[in-house]
Amino acid sequence: MDKKLAVQIDDLTVAYNYKPVLWDIDLEIPEGVLMAIVGPNGAGKSTLIKATLGILKPIAGSVSIYGKPYNKQRSLVAYVPQKGSVDWDFPTTALDVVLMGTYGSLGWIKRPGLKEKKAALEALEKVGMLPFKDRQISQLSGGQQQRIFLARALVQDASIYFMDEPFQGVDATTEIAIINILKELRKAGKTVIVVHHDLQTVPEYFDWVTFLNVKKIATGPVKDIFNDDNLTKTYGINYKVSIQE
Amino acid sequence: MDIQEYFSLVFSDYTLRTITLGTAILGAVTGMLGSFAVLRKQSLLGDAISHAALPGIAIAFLITGAKDSNTLLIGALVSGLIGTFWIRGIVNKTHLKSDTALGLILSLFFGFGMLLLTFIQKQPNANQAGLDKYLFGQAATLVESDVWLMAIVTGICLFVLLLFWKEFKILLFDKDYAKTLGFNTKSIDILITSFIVLAIVLGLQTVGVVLMSAMLLAPAAAARQWTNSLSKMVFLAAIFGAFSGVFGTAISASQNNLSTGPVIVIVASVFVIFSFIFSPNRGLLFRQIRFIANRRDLELQKTLAFMYRIAETHENISHPHAIKILNNFQGFTRKTLQKLVDKNYVTLDGTMWSLTEKGFETASNLYNQQAINDE
Repeated sequence: MDKKLAVQIDDLTVAYNYKPVLWDIDLEIPEGVLMAIVGPNGAGKSTLIKATLGILKPIAGSVSIYGKPYNKQRSLVAYVPQKGSVDWDFPTTALDVVLMGTYGSLGWIKRPGLKEKKAALEALEKVGMLPFKDRQISQLSGGQQQRIFLARALVQDASIYFMDEPFQGVDATTEIAIINILKELRKAGKTVIVVHHDLQTVPEYFDWVTFLNVKKIATGPVKDIFNDDNLTKTYGINYKVSIQE
Repeated sequence: MDIQEYFSLVFSDYTLRTITLGTAILGAVTGMLGSFAVLRKQSLLGDAISHAALPGIAIAFLITGAKDSNTLLIGALVSGLIGTFWIRGIVNKTHLKSDTALGLILSLFFGFGMLLLTFIQKQPNANQAGLDKYLFGQAATLVESDVWLMAIVTGICLFVLLLFWKEFKILLFDKDYAKTLGFNTKSIDILITSFIVLAIVLGLQTVGVVLMSAMLLAPAAAARQWTNSLSKMVFLAAIFGAFSGVFGTAISASQNNLSTGPVIVIVASVFVIFSFIFSPNRGLLFRQIRFIANRRDLELQKTLAFMYRIAETHENISHPHAIKILNNFQGFTRKTLQKLVDKNYVTLDGTMWSLTEKGFETASNLYNQQAINDE
């Protein structure tokens, strides 16, 4: 690859209660790919993202973003957590949640102003949620909540997007809407890393894939490495998936 | 003294004024901070903190030998903070869940505090009497300097809340995300927890160790019922808290010898019960009313849809049919039929019904409408 490296992860190891969840992960993600992280439950997919973003403290290892340590490059990175990680009964509106995406660039104390509000409205428009901007977030459907989270990340206007299961529990329409946005991001030269569960759609949605099961099994272009051999290595059983040509 | 007399005296009588102001300010600050505790699902933290403060009071007395409330409150503050950080430590360092940690610290500190209190009572020192007022609180012992202290702390707390509003909000809603944006969530967390400890310690003299957590939770729980905005919730909780303080003091002052702290807590609970039942969106009453109304509407729609299906097989939509044929259908009652007539969807003629133009139109739109509602 002569492309620039967007993310470089070296020797990353994470453990919960002395049990390793991620073991010695080395991962290089080139700029401009739309990458799926696949693996069975408990493979450490979410943990990989959380450790990369410093939400979890790894036992060992380092992460660099465009060649510099992550905490110097935060403004280049946006994060879409799992929808279930927050309490959607929190007293706030859709627009307010999207505005949180601007908090990072605002820094401490400063409040979002007109400029930030405009950016938030644009992001809501992009995910098709503008009519719901004043809706209390508990009154949104699961798919709509997911779109709100996506809009919040879009507002950050980052170069690299980490998304934890953005397709979880959304209907077909929302899934298509979300993947179209992700493909647009890639077209704009952004790097998108997605924890993904539906193996059938991997070749259709993504151009890069990482197989993970505590250890890294393989990483590379979908067309080269998305095969039965790697799937079996990752999922343990003799996994046959009919790859759409 | 009755309540009327109380309100006529509250501005002129020094004691009444002091106590009323004190409980009002206390209610406001605990209501405000309580909103944060409730939204973080740390409702029990208040209980643990207030109980953890007890040994601090006893130790402060043992060291200084003075019953000056400020000295004792500093002791309470220190031991409250120690308890809080032990709870955090237990949750972070062990596999125990936070409810276990809260329960452990609460009973450990409270037990130790009670032990110290009985030890102090056995001492041949006449000065020891009255420390047990911190168990259930005694608003009558409030003096002007206490109220000033409360007012200053409330002012600082309000200032900090406004200053770090955005940071508090994002910490409450999505801590992990806040971390990725570069906020030091640990500092924000410590800041807000310290204020909660401070507010609780301030209330110990008035409401007491045992009931203090209600001051934190009740106004916030009541406020949550009325609004879907964080700022309005915090504001309402402060108002509810302040009113609980004033009304509680008024009732306890007008009924001889009713202890103020418990009365304040009961008034706050009345706010909660009222809010649970009567708040327009989340309240039980209106929810039940909406539920019944919806069910009626659905019944009506079901009957109308059934009629529509019969009518559409005929060229003339208003072709009359026997009421009897509706009988195989459960949704049909005389009442629903009458309602359909009232709405001009159906005309009745003896034992026959026929759909009107309007009824036909409405029924054919029902399915489309349902699709729109689902969106």
